[in-house]
Amino acid sequence: MTPNNRIRWIAKPAVWVLCLAPLGVLVWRIVNQDLTANPAEFMNRYLGEWALRILWLALAVTPLRIITSWNQAIRFRRLLGLFAFFYVTLHVSSYVVADQCFDWLAIWNDIIKRTYITLGMGALVILVALALTSWGAMVKRLGGKNWIRLHRGVYIAGVCAAIHFIMMRKGFQIEPLIYAGILAALLATRLGPILKKRQAQKLRT
Amino acid sequence: MLIQARKKSDVLSSEITLHSVFMRRREFLRAAAATSAAAAIGPFMLSDPAMAGMKLPNVQKTKWTRESLGKDDDLTPLKDVTTYNNFYEFGTGKGDPARKSKDFKTKPWTVVVDGECDKPGRYSFEDLIKPHELQERVYRFRCVEAWSMVIPWVGVPLADIIKRLGPTGNAKYVAFETLVDPAQMPGQKYAILKWPYREGLRMDEAMNPLTLMAVGLYGEELPNQNGAPIRLVTPWKYGFKSIKSIVRISFTEKQPPTSWNMSASREYGFYSNVNPLVNHPRWSQAKERRLGGPTNVFGFVPKRPTLMFNGYEEEVAAMYKGMNLARNY
Repeated sequence: MTPNNRIRWIAKPAVWVLCLAPLGVLVWRIVNQDLTANPAEFMNRYLGEWALRILWLALAVTPLRIITSWNQAIRFRRLLGLFAFFYVTLHVSSYVVADQCFDWLAIWNDIIKRTYITLGMGALVILVALALTSWGAMVKRLGGKNWIRLHRGVYIAGVCAAIHFIMMRKGFQIEPLIYAGILAALLATRLGPILKKRQAQKLRT
Repeated sequence: MLIQARKKSDVLSSEITLHSVFMRRREFLRAAAATSAAAAIGPFMLSDPAMAGMKLPNVQKTKWTRESLGKDDDLTPLKDVTTYNNFYEFGTGKGDPARKSKDFKTKPWTVVVDGECDKPGRYSFEDLIKPHELQERVYRFRCVEAWSMVIPWVGVPLADIIKRLGPTGNAKYVAFETLVDPAQMPGQKYAILKWPYREGLRMDEAMNPLTLMAVGLYGEELPNQNGAPIRLVTPWKYGFKSIKSIVRISFTEKQPPTSWNMSASREYGFYSNVNPLVNHPRWSQAKERRLGGPTNVFGFVPKRPTLMFNGYEEEVAAMYKGMNLARNY
């Protein structure tokens, strides 16, 4: 099997299985009515946490390439990004359906009054735009440079999501800060090559 | 006798039918009639040692019964009351208190009484509670996180205990503290809040007939995760005011500092009365989700309007007459 086929027929299906596993666990818990005393809250938190984790994984692809020089890693980026979007969509759906029961006025009030929900919705809007332009033809249609510029929006979405998570917890809690720290590290690794490039440009001029 | 050493002949707590099962006995009997008698035996045998506590003797009924509440205020199942808790001393997850408090030692238990009173000192749990009649109080319980329950507490009116301790004329407030013991309370290894957990009431609030020192629920001793062996219950205030596992009661002249207010004063005030008109900065307090309540077509419990003072306006509103409740949240 060529390395190309290994990624196509083994690695990618494995990513699919792994990314769908948390949903499988949730479905299992729904079937078994094992959703704590507050199912709406449990589902919402659970889906939100997995959205964060997979978004962080998608954002880890480029640092992985920089550190290991394994360029094939990029072939997982869109897949992971779309799975993150998938869990974000379920997370927001659970908020609309289970938590607010389609009370659109209450939802609108949340968006405009509660900063952490405003940030969360901001991240959602960005991720919708990225998901809609995630397929190959859109790169051509938008032009490579514009496409890259647009897709840098994922950094803003990540920061919004991290703050959203910190803000919804009560008291001083470590878990959301760990997520924020990991995000900071993932974004910081990108700075290395950018700074190098700048230096090289300076030397040339 | 309130606390009994277990004799060999005593029923093991693990042999006691789960209360939630017992409460649903009619359902089971109906099911039995429909199918066969044998099918009914199964549910009665269900038992979970972690949830069945010692039955409390001689609990008097009061006017605060299930019937005194609204038609949509059914008791929250024992399982929900004992597996969904905010008790950050045992962790911030809702299931952490039930999981991590199993070995929490509540016997013996000492409560220090100090400050502006005639009878300060170290009181054993028995000394504090035994002189009083145990009462059942079925109260709504509204968490600041916008969920709620209906819980049949067992306890002693705080006013009865306070009268015995003899507060002086300088006692304007009562302050409470929770045990600090990171070896037993793993959540205290982290500075989620500044330990010990502190709470306080104005003297008139403490003396209000609603205010209860709870030692049990569903007719049994308090489970550890619900604040064993002794906790406060102030049903017209958000749940975090109802401090758990109390080891200190102090009578003070000045308003005592309280934990959540120290942590985020913009979000949590000293009074923290349930008030649908004053929102938490991060969420609305207009509505609440009654856990275990009636579900909609999707199988979820829709939110219901929150009542002023959690439905205890008649009993407590006079204490706050003339106060700006938006400012004194």
